Amino acid sequence: MMTSVVPDRRALFAGFFIVGLSGFGGVLPHAQHMLVERRRWLSEQQFAEVLGLGQVLPGPNIVNVAVAVGARFHGASGALVACAGLLLAPLGVVLLLAALYAGYQQLPLVQGLLRGLAPAAIGLIFGMGLKLAARLPRKRRPWVLALLTFAAVALWQLPLLLVLLLLAPLGVALAWHWPEGAQ
Amino acid sequence: MMLLWVLFLLFAQFSLLAVGGANAVVPEIHRVVVGELGWLSGQQFADLFAIAQAAPGPNVLIVSLIGWHMAGVPGAAVSLLGICLPSSLLSFAVARWWQRVQGSRLALAIERGLAPLTVGLVLAGASMMLHALTLDARGLLLCAASALLAWRLRLNPLWLLAGGGLLGMLGWV
Repeated sequence: MMTSVVPDRRALFAGFFIVGLSGFGGVLPHAQHMLVERRRWLSEQQFAEVLGLGQVLPGPNIVNVAVAVGARFHGASGALVACAGLLLAPLGVVLLLAALYAGYQQLPLVQGLLRGLAPAAIGLIFGMGLKLAARLPRKRRPWVLALLTFAAVALWQLPLLLVLLLLAPLGVALAWHWPEGAQ
Repeated sequence: MMLLWVLFLLFAQFSLLAVGGANAVVPEIHRVVVGELGWLSGQQFADLFAIAQAAPGPNVLIVSLIGWHMAGVPGAAVSLLGICLPSSLLSFAVARWWQRVQGSRLALAIERGLAPLTVGLVLAGASMMLHALTLDARGLLLCAASALLAWRLRLNPLWLLAGGGLLGMLGWV
């Protein structure tokens, strides 16, 4: 599937700027909303690819996504612009919050706000996981692999590096030998 | 100036270890800056972590708060740069390579082989965060509602966050 919109550098900066500023409790759902649903820079398929690579590679996932998306459209300068857009505003906000925190952390309203924000933010991540899951082919292998990844990380709490070193090659090998089966 | 280099190099070491995201190295960062270096107390670290989670933006910002604690705004900037730079260079190289191989059999295999892992990792991350919160029934209900609405409707996620924050301020959760 082709992307319908190619952003210029200013749009890249602005898009990731908004993603960064929106990302309470996790940036990835906002990135998907912005890149796929609102601005249509990437198809769902392409977002899934970029996210998959961003997760398997070391480093903050969303920064990897910004690097990859920026690089895709405008090379090194695109990557730089996307990362700057993503990180600058949140850096300012978090420093401001840190300065305010000591003074206001006891306010009941602030505590209530945080108590409601957290579950909603986690729900957003579940929602994004469900969107991605809905795109998996209706075959047994991908679902077993997804379940295995989930169990290894969430239930058995194995080190992530170990899980990725075992499961990423396994997944790629399975998909290599059954390329048509994954469709 | 010396301290800025120390911060940069310290966090640059964690960059390539952060497989799965910044939260993967938070325990290790805690061990080093609280345990080995004694830069912060455990409580200070926990507070900074909570602020980084509550603030908009990537969770990696915890690192900039540690830098800020040690050396103000320049400390925050170099710490963030340190943890992002090595992994971003790698990611850039892979992204370029990815564009060259796109559509090839290998690229298809990687894309299809990693898709299930992505699903598993996203859902595992969410459920681990949920577990750490120890929510009551209402909190779980709010989380489930947010997940369902985010999944089925293409709402701007900010609406769901605003709704959650409002319910929290009204004392419902």
